[in-house]
Amino acid sequence: MKPAPFDYVRPRSLPEATALLSDESANAKIFAGGQSLGPMLNLRLARPAKLVDIRNIQALRAVRVDEKSYSIGATLTHAEIEDGAFEDFSQGLLPFVARGIAYRAVRNRGTVGGSLSHADPAADWVSTMAAIGATMVVHGPAGERRVPAEQFLVGAFTSKLGATELLTAIELPRLSATARWGYYKVCRKTGEFAKAIGVTIQDPRAGIFRVLAGSTEGRPVLLARSGETLATQGADRAAGVARQEIEEVLPHLEPGHRQQLAVAVQRSLQKISLLETV
Amino acid sequence: MASEGIGARVLRKEDARHLRGRGQFVGDIRIPGMLEVAFVRSPVAHALIRERKKPAGFENSVIFNDDMPGVLPITTRSSIPGYKVSDYPALAAERVRFVGETIAMCVAPNRAAAEDLCELVDIQYEELDPIVNCATGRASGVKPLHDGWTDNLFLRTSFDQGMDEVIAKAPVVVELELSTARQTMHPMEGKGLVAWWDHRAGQLVVHTSTQVPHMIRIGLAECLGIPQAIIRVAAPDVGGGFGYKCMLMPEEVAVAWLAYTRQGAFRWIEDRREHLTAGANARQHEYKIKAYADERGRFLGLDADVAVDCGAYSVWPFSACLEAAQASGNLPGPYDLKAYRCSTFSVATNKPPFAPYRGVARPGVCFAIELTIDAIAKAVGREAWEVRLENLVAASAMPYTNVTKKFYDSGNYPASLLEVKRMIDFDRIRSEPRRDAKGRYLGVGFATYTEQSAHGTKVFAQWGLPLVPGFDQAHVKLTPDGALEIKAGIHTIGQGLETTLAQIAHEQTRVPLKDIRVVLGDTANTPFSTGAYASRGIVMTGGAVSVASEIVAGRIKSIAAHLLQVRPEDISFRDGAIFAGEASVSYEDVGRAWYMRPDQLPDDVDRGGLEATGAYKPQIDSGVFSYASHAAYVAVDAETGLVEILDYAICEDCGTMVNPMIVDGQTIGGAAQGVGTALFEESPYDDNGQPLASTLIDYLLPGPTELPRFRISHMETPSPYSAHGLKGVGEGGAIAPAGALVNAINDALAPLNAAVHTIPASPERILAAIAAAKPTLNDAA
Repeated sequence: MKPAPFDYVRPRSLPEATALLSDESANAKIFAGGQSLGPMLNLRLARPAKLVDIRNIQALRAVRVDEKSYSIGATLTHAEIEDGAFEDFSQGLLPFVARGIAYRAVRNRGTVGGSLSHADPAADWVSTMAAIGATMVVHGPAGERRVPAEQFLVGAFTSKLGATELLTAIELPRLSATARWGYYKVCRKTGEFAKAIGVTIQDPRAGIFRVLAGSTEGRPVLLARSGETLATQGADRAAGVARQEIEEVLPHLEPGHRQQLAVAVQRSLQKISLLETV
Repeated sequence: MASEGIGARVLRKEDARHLRGRGQFVGDIRIPGMLEVAFVRSPVAHALIRERKKPAGFENSVIFNDDMPGVLPITTRSSIPGYKVSDYPALAAERVRFVGETIAMCVAPNRAAAEDLCELVDIQYEELDPIVNCATGRASGVKPLHDGWTDNLFLRTSFDQGMDEVIAKAPVVVELELSTARQTMHPMEGKGLVAWWDHRAGQLVVHTSTQVPHMIRIGLAECLGIPQAIIRVAAPDVGGGFGYKCMLMPEEVAVAWLAYTRQGAFRWIEDRREHLTAGANARQHEYKIKAYADERGRFLGLDADVAVDCGAYSVWPFSACLEAAQASGNLPGPYDLKAYRCSTFSVATNKPPFAPYRGVARPGVCFAIELTIDAIAKAVGREAWEVRLENLVAASAMPYTNVTKKFYDSGNYPASLLEVKRMIDFDRIRSEPRRDAKGRYLGVGFATYTEQSAHGTKVFAQWGLPLVPGFDQAHVKLTPDGALEIKAGIHTIGQGLETTLAQIAHEQTRVPLKDIRVVLGDTANTPFSTGAYASRGIVMTGGAVSVASEIVAGRIKSIAAHLLQVRPEDISFRDGAIFAGEASVSYEDVGRAWYMRPDQLPDDVDRGGLEATGAYKPQIDSGVFSYASHAAYVAVDAETGLVEILDYAICEDCGTMVNPMIVDGQTIGGAAQGVGTALFEESPYDDNGQPLASTLIDYLLPGPTELPRFRISHMETPSPYSAHGLKGVGEGGAIAPAGALVNAINDALAPLNAAVHTIPASPERILAAIAAAKPTLNDAA
């Protein structure tokens, strides 16, 4: 279980990294925290000719804030988000999610951008960013483009990132002080990838009412009808709608899996409802 | 001085190096010029090998079966009539029978380069239909996996006593179909070895991670066709064995052959993927049970059909039929059962060979019999613990010979059950609501088992194994400076023998524990032992150390008596010295007199000196029976299928405890593996015989957060038949958790009328059980 031979380069700037990636025939792959790619290299499931290690590019660690939104650099680690290395504008959601990712040893090295780029449907950030309505900032030879997080996954382990592109940052809306969120995942054991994820975000001031089912074996699913019901009739009603909506939009999944997704979503809504009554 | 002998809760001598990361495992050994080996393994479950090609320029670095003329396959013969023999080659020749079977050995300066080389080897396969489960493998007309076999079973056995009478008149009949998943064992350290040629000694030196170094020497010599005297097997630190390291492996034969023929140093270190997909498989049983009882739930008879998914080849020396023999012999468990019928089928399948894993068959049979007891209790409308209590062999019946002629030497099984019922606070649980504040269903479950330990010569001979253990031996010596050296051929695999054997020697000689060194597991300098398996170490080697220490203690007394000018019977050991009245000499004085100043000793001094080899086996070969009861209290989330263990109580009795802390450690470690068996671990195969759990993402091991705080209480019933009343304790913890936990889950699910009969009790299985009991999912909430 040792990797096949590969070259290793460590660019110091974004243009340098882009240049290294631009030659598609070079079969280069971006390396950040290595928490998914490392095992895949060892199992020889990933066989890049060249690893481009982007951890020394300072620009990819930037946090930028304006009135309504903020952006976080792609190579910030889960642990940095967990520990509050930068100010939190998510009313605690991002640190909460970070704390539940794998184990601390993984969080110390794994990066938010790396996890998103890896596009594992069961990964926490994939669901969280889609639920919150984040935007992926993608850098490539043709310059910069933006992709809504909810559309970022094409399928399991496939994203809209091109072979020569690189995720540089994630832009998120700032949640107001009145925002409520619920995040629930079904895991068989601590640190394991989730069997089902439910996310609810409600911020009336910002007009956000979003309910999402994640770890669906593909792109996470925004539950539009549940979100509408949340906005108009509240979390308890939305919980009833969510189960029905999941049955409708994910008919291809095993009944047991749909059941777990419904429970995860309902429990994320329940958290909102509990917070409301406090 | 605080006691350091038998019964003392002293810290483990071996922990200082392990806690500092200074142990020396196979992977830590460096021999100058050492090359690494990686294996080309079959990607298909069943195929003929049509063509094999080495990459140009690497003819010498790639080894195929026909490059090893004279090397014999691993063949486990058995004296049991009807047992069919399989030839398990170090490298496959014409045919492969499981995914992961070794086909070629690639040698390179490092593992990555060796794996690169593996990719260049070209093997062409002609695929054959695989046999991937017991049902297919035992069906009549299936083409056997091995040439010359008449059917596809390694062995079929049947036992029948008194059933016909019972079937006719039993008022209560309970039927169950149960199955247990295939598991892999996962010691922290996988398998591995370094083999090199020692020019000075003229010996092939094999440092292998093993429980049984002396047996491995015998096995290697047989396969390589060379004298045992030119092989030295020296086991370094071993990071867990669990049975995986008590057998000769093809990789061991291949790498030893390489070192022997090339007179160089080579190593192979198993990686986790090899362990998961090609390494020792275990535990997979299928049961069809029909139990007969009276209206109170008293067992009248038990009828069982047991199939073991044995994989493609027999392991050496424990054979492909040990599991079924243990299953058939142990299914009646700790219960007073007069009528019993059991048929076993050891089915050959296209999977890695089945190996004996901690508990050997008993985690499966305990699961089976304990679920049966609960099913009987349900059928007669009583609490399961009451029915269990009524069926357990009573203390007054000890010693008790059970229906399969197992001789339960001593103990009070009902008392252990009542103790865990008290510990788990059963009456409080029953007085409280069946659901907690989160809506989860609560349940409590019990399991009681016996653990045959240190069974000896006659038992193994009966099982027809090629290597039968006799007397274990140990050598004890007082050094010139008054310290004690113990040498024994068994090996320590994490179970604390460096400490417990020293405690036994201290018990006899009173040499301070810090001055006692224990050397184990090296064929060059330890007396023969078949090794560490079957929970035998503390009884067998402990007994041998006791015998040898007693002899040396007597000689110490004689020399001390001479030095003090008293009679030997006036000598006593006290406070780390040797006394006659108030006069004393030190152990060093005695050592110095014998080794350095023999001129001070009389002419008729015992010429055996201050060293002795002792040999031991218990008064009975049938083993001494430890036992325990486990109780589990769980919460089941009926919406997600997740189980939380709220409390877990164990009451165990392993006879006299040499070191209660080590007994606790063995119990906790075993129980942790039992939780894995009950809830998490599963190595499924698809219809093509491909293993689906190839990383630890797919194969779930319980971690610290999944394990309860096991609460343990001890009973101590010394065996009347073993030295110091010792019984083995290595395997027991792993036996009961599946029974106790699944009984607890089913107790929790009782209001939903659902029950799980397959382990691990995964969320999917629990949800499916609930769905099967209720037509729509929505009602479950």
